[in-house]
Amino acid sequence: MELSPFYQELLPSLNRGLIMTIALIVPSALGGVFIGIVAGTLRAYGNRITRSIGNFYAALFRGTPLVVQLFVLYFGLPNIGLYLSPYMAAVIGFILCSGAYQSEYIRGALLSIKRGQYHGAQALGFSFFQTIFWIIIPQAVRKAIHGCGNEIIYLIKYSSLAYIVTVMELTGEGKTIATEYFRFTEVFMIIGLYYLALVSCAVFILKRIENKLYIPGFGYNR
Amino acid sequence: MSNALSILRISNLKKSYGKNTILHGATLSLHQGEIIVLIGPSGGGKSTLLQCINCLAMPEEGEIFLHDNRVDLQSAGELNELRQKVGMIFQDFNLFDHLTAVDNITVALRKVKKMSKKDALCRARRELDQVGLSDKASLYPAQLSGGQKQRVAIARALAMDPEVLLLDEPTSALDPELVGEVISVIKQLAGNGMTMIMATHQMSLISTLADRILFMENGSIVEQGTPQELLSSDMVSKTRGFCERLNEISPEDL
Ligand SMILES: Nc1ncnc2c1ncn2[C@@H]1O[C@H](COP(=O)(O)OP(=O)(O)OP(=O)(O)O)[C@@H](O)[C@H]1O
Ligand SMILES: [Mg+2]
Repeated sequence: MELSPFYQELLPSLNRGLIMTIALIVPSALGGVFIGIVAGTLRAYGNRITRSIGNFYAALFRGTPLVVQLFVLYFGLPNIGLYLSPYMAAVIGFILCSGAYQSEYIRGALLSIKRGQYHGAQALGFSFFQTIFWIIIPQAVRKAIHGCGNEIIYLIKYSSLAYIVTVMELTGEGKTIATEYFRFTEVFMIIGLYYLALVSCAVFILKRIENKLYIPGFGYNR
Repeated sequence: MSNALSILRISNLKKSYGKNTILHGATLSLHQGEIIVLIGPSGGGKSTLLQCINCLAMPEEGEIFLHDNRVDLQSAGELNELRQKVGMIFQDFNLFDHLTAVDNITVALRKVKKMSKKDALCRARRELDQVGLSDKASLYPAQLSGGQKQRVAIARALAMDPEVLLLDEPTSALDPELVGEVISVIKQLAGNGMTMIMATHQMSLISTLADRILFMENGSIVEQGTPQELLSSDMVSKTRGFCERLNEISPEDL
């Protein structure tokens, strides 16, 4: 069966866009989790100064639209002599935005660990850092994982905003073809299926990680 | 007034939370093998005193001596040393929820005592054996009963080779049918000559183990003496009145 010219053009472009989307998501998700852990820990346990810095960061990036953040990074920074490629601007924007949300999940998980866990470690002679590292963080990770996974799934979908700083990812590629052939409904339904597939993959991987980290008493019962 | 046999001595410890002074200068000294029981009404400051002794709650004033050496409470290193020598058992166990029974013990041996994995495991198994839980080594706290959790907590504290054990109402979070197993482990410790300070309202522990009873009320030690002195029938003491009321609640414990 021969594909129509429309599909012959659409599918390769979408596949190209898919690869770009994945190239955006993977570093953004990892970077977001990393920044989230650092900022979340500072916000939960830091001194007054680091706590204020962390809170300010989270307030700024959760309080402004991602579109605005991307515009500032891509169109605003050149005014002060900083030029970012579209791809870099998008990834940095996603990391900073995602990290702000992740820090909230991490902070909540850290603060939800019962004080007794901390006391138990201190009473055995653990130092402050040993307590945080060996006792608090392993528990917090297990409590934060559902929220962090949710944020990553959300990130997959808002990665489509990279298009507005001219990164040709899934949505951007699709829109070009849709405009060319004036067949918006079909194109965007297919794009929707691509995102659905991506999210399903992410859900599968997150589930695997959850199972690997599963400990009786944390989260659901198997 | 330094006693050659004094293993732990605290002098004039004071603690307040905000404007409320919770501990009005507590002084006591503890000899090798001695067992002190702390009793008194709820809110009297028993937990606070115990937590000040290993500085889980930092006292604002006062001094702590281990073997007549003053502990510098500002030094993190000396504090960690103190805490390794003075073990603590909590009312609600405080086992590490993400670690199995055996790893609850090995984690401290490995990270604090810097033992090798093999030595730590060997030691942990021996301690679990002591409290009769060798078959529960690979279970997580969520899979253990309250009595089993408390016995793991005791094994964990003992693995650090403490010289003194502080016990804060070790049986009061347990269902009545589980109290016995923990009491028998504590009695076994006492039989082995462990030095202890224990807050408890369990008459069977008070009457059989206490070398000295301290009665705490409103943040002060208001009475102290041997059980014979404080509980004898021709003596009018707060301690005796208090213990009689405990007996009315649970006479079968005597
Ligand atoms: N972290 C804290 N912050 C503020 N107040 C506290 C704190 N811990 C204890 N207190 C207060 O200190 C007083 C003594 O408490 P503590 O727990 O030492 O009493 P207790 O004798 O152990 O009582 P119980 O028999 O109920 O365990 C109480 O009035 C309590 O409200
Ligand atoms: Mg108490």
